[in-house]
Amino acid sequence: MKSLGSIRRSFAPWNDPQARPYISFQNVTKRFADFTAVNNLSLDIYEREFFALLGASGCGKSTLLRMLAGFETPTSGRILLDGQDLSGIPPYKRPVNMMFQSYALFPHMTVEANIAFGLKQDGMPKAAIAERVAEMLKLARLEQFAKRKPHQLSGGQRQRVALARSVAKRPKVLLLDEPLGALDKKLREATQFELMDLQQDLGLTFVVVTHDQEEAMTMADRIAIMDKGQVMQVATPAEIYEAPASRFVADFVGSVNLLEGKVASRTGNSVVISGGSGAQISVENAGEAAPGAEVAFAIRPEKIRVSSKPPAEGHLNAMQGEVWDLAYLGDMTVYHIKLDDGQVVKASALNSARISDDPLTWSDRAWISFAPDAGVVLTR
Amino acid sequence: MQGQLSRFNIVALVLGFSFLYLPIVLLVIYSFNESRLVTVWGGFSTRWYSSLFSNRLLLDAAWVTARVAFVSATVATVLGTLAALALTRYTRFRGRFLFSGMVFAPLVMPEVITGLSLLLLFVAIGLDRGFLTIVLAHITFSMCFVAVVVQSRLISFDRSLEEAAMDLGATPFRTFIHVTLPVIMPAVVSGWMLAFTLSLDDLVIASFASGPGATTLPMRIYSQVRLGVTPEINAVCTLLIAVVTVGVLAAAIVNKRRDIQRQRDEQVAQRG
Amino acid sequence: MSQASAATRGGNVSAGQKTNGGTILSAILSRLVIIVPYLWLLVLFLAPFAIVFKISMSETTIAMPPYRPVFDWADGLAAFWGNLKQLSLENYLWLVDDPLYFNAYISSVTIAGISTFFALLVGYPMAYAMSRAPSSMRMGLLMLVILPFWTSFLIRVYAWIGILKPEGLLNQFLLWVGIIDTPLQIMNTNTAIYIGIVYSYLPFMVLPLYATLEKLDYSLIEAAQDLGSPPIAAFWKITFPLSLPGVVAGCLLVFIPAVGEFVIPDLLGGSTTLMIGKTLWTEFFGNRDWPVASAVAVILLLILVVPMMFFQRAQARAQEQER
Repeated sequence: MKSLGSIRRSFAPWNDPQARPYISFQNVTKRFADFTAVNNLSLDIYEREFFALLGASGCGKSTLLRMLAGFETPTSGRILLDGQDLSGIPPYKRPVNMMFQSYALFPHMTVEANIAFGLKQDGMPKAAIAERVAEMLKLARLEQFAKRKPHQLSGGQRQRVALARSVAKRPKVLLLDEPLGALDKKLREATQFELMDLQQDLGLTFVVVTHDQEEAMTMADRIAIMDKGQVMQVATPAEIYEAPASRFVADFVGSVNLLEGKVASRTGNSVVISGGSGAQISVENAGEAAPGAEVAFAIRPEKIRVSSKPPAEGHLNAMQGEVWDLAYLGDMTVYHIKLDDGQVVKASALNSARISDDPLTWSDRAWISFAPDAGVVLTR
Repeated sequence: MQGQLSRFNIVALVLGFSFLYLPIVLLVIYSFNESRLVTVWGGFSTRWYSSLFSNRLLLDAAWVTARVAFVSATVATVLGTLAALALTRYTRFRGRFLFSGMVFAPLVMPEVITGLSLLLLFVAIGLDRGFLTIVLAHITFSMCFVAVVVQSRLISFDRSLEEAAMDLGATPFRTFIHVTLPVIMPAVVSGWMLAFTLSLDDLVIASFASGPGATTLPMRIYSQVRLGVTPEINAVCTLLIAVVTVGVLAAAIVNKRRDIQRQRDEQVAQRG
Repeated sequence: MSQASAATRGGNVSAGQKTNGGTILSAILSRLVIIVPYLWLLVLFLAPFAIVFKISMSETTIAMPPYRPVFDWADGLAAFWGNLKQLSLENYLWLVDDPLYFNAYISSVTIAGISTFFALLVGYPMAYAMSRAPSSMRMGLLMLVILPFWTSFLIRVYAWIGILKPEGLLNQFLLWVGIIDTPLQIMNTNTAIYIGIVYSYLPFMVLPLYATLEKLDYSLIEAAQDLGSPPIAAFWKITFPLSLPGVVAGCLLVFIPAVGEFVIPDLLGGSTTLMIGKTLWTEFFGNRDWPVASAVAVILLLILVVPMMFFQRAQARAQEQER
């Protein structure tokens, strides 16, 4: 059997121009009485992909999921599943199943009956149902709880019942609405990997809605960052983090320094950005930014080096300031350096040695420096 | 929250509940009075109870009342549950305002008006007054109470249960039968009980709606009460109180037990 | 049809026929959910009011039914307009002319108002004490309030006759204690009616009050006291204003039915006590004057329409909040 890692390594249908999208949102808009939840959104999801919709609450991610499940009807636009238009098909005829945030386990049915519910609706023969239920119970490690009712289960067990119930029908697509939201932190981390294994084993397409970045980054092949009913960026977790497409995405995922400025000059693919107070930043691989453009230079705190001594001669990006604030977090220390031009920059340093011979502390003078390819230039 | 009741609160509770219960307790006590004079204690006796069972008029009336209450409560529960569903599930349809008005108005409508208007309807359409008209009248006003009880349960109902059922392939009708109805069943049952006792207790509406040959127990009691207080009526009333109290308490105990069992289950589940 | 194409697409979409039938069935049923109770209430609740209104403008006759013109569904619209011409406001003029009716309305509203006030006076401390009781006791106390509500109204009113009458238990007790030396005349007075109404409708007052007081966040009162407000002031400035929705609901639930009350004034009130429910009953069953009884009902309804709409709005708002 191939390892999970090797499958995921080579899995990138979105880069293949021949690949046909499995789920396709085409110019979908959903308006409620007083606000627009989803605004002219287009998005493609591929077969067997683990896809995450990430955004703050109210960004439209749940509405998108509910439209796919059939609980909401798009105001305009189309949703295609495997090439077929889903409009007009009620939820109970769609080959997608959903795992609800509240789990929505039927309180008056046993675990067994909950899992069998969807199979019964299809008119599956009794023996086949029993077999499938047994298989699902085994998969979810719930064999000894088969006769229990939902209120007799712990939170983690309920979550597994909900999952088993939603995959029992072998849906083409499994929709997961904040699947781990109700679990405590430890259980959540363990379950993330279980979900990934399950997705691989069953060969299903997963679409998961979450507001938890770490969860999305861990599990998803690709993430769509949503805001105000629109997709801000769709990319792999690494691309989202290292090459955000806009100030919003850079700021939304992880921690970032956004230094505003103008493109002063451009040579080939490299640019020099000058900030308001005249500080110059040299950037390689700077993308499309033309001279004179208002841009932001985005750099993650861990890519900035902090030191009490000036960096070696000839270092392109080096600035001086003082330690304004610092937070010791154990594995790393986060510095807030107030530069001489007044800007405050966050920088984090890994505490790789137990005792530092050159500890920086409040009000110390400090240098920050970073490589020309450590950050990105954002025009949006 | 706060564990201890202040003295003021204790006094308020003791006085309030004495006011609520003393008259009923006295009525029950004096139903066991040997003396024919209701307010003079003449020793313990159950003679009024035995004389009840030879009172044909009362027994007939009780039988009519029981049948009316059973039929009207059952139909009212169906209609009231439908009305509650319509009000909670369909936030906009033509005439919804009028509909919700018609559901809530009977709760506070003076009984004389309801009774009079129904009677005039029955006369206008030429329906002979009797068992059927009492049942129709009772259904009409008690379905609204059922609707309110069921509606309050439906408001707190987790809609994602229904969505889950439909997501798993159940049509809306099957979803209702297999998921919604079982979950709201306790409210439907208490709605039925409420409708039953409302019908059992009603005097005014039944007086308007009934005709010769259909006399309910409250009507019979009323006509005797007008003639004065007698130990025999005390006995009837005591029996009625006993029936209702036993019913309500039994339901409450069953519910309480279920809750306790549930809590215990949940604790066990949390531990492992 | 898109449903058919969905069914052919395999996966776990089940085969066509059965589910298609199910969809149509479901669609019809979902209409029936509204239509059946709607029609029922239209025919048996709203239509009767129209008839009451119409008969209130008819003339009294000695016949069965004792009024004219009689409705005849077969006559159709033309006859309806013909009927309309025969309608008169005579019964209403009669009501205005005769001070008996006017006084009955006034005294009904007064008696209901006074009783509502006393019900609030008795009910508020009870509801307050219940909401402050340890949570283990609350369900039991609530049960105790609801239980009388389940027992017959008639029986509960009847129980007071034995207590209030001149040789009744209350007078016996007071004489025995020595507070009075001649029996009090309470039975057949307005006082007896107040007692009867407060007693019968007390659960309607306590339940909505308890519901709002129970939801009240006790830390608000602690905050008020922490900021220097003594308990009594904290009650009037925090607890009472926040419980007003419950006060309004409770008062309306007592006041509205009390105005039209029949059993209580009939059994506990005296011959001089006028209440409109009793007047209506007498006109109808005693004098067999259906048109006048209908006119009495129409005016009673007009008096109650405003508080009823108030009640419905409060009800709707409470529901919105719970959503």
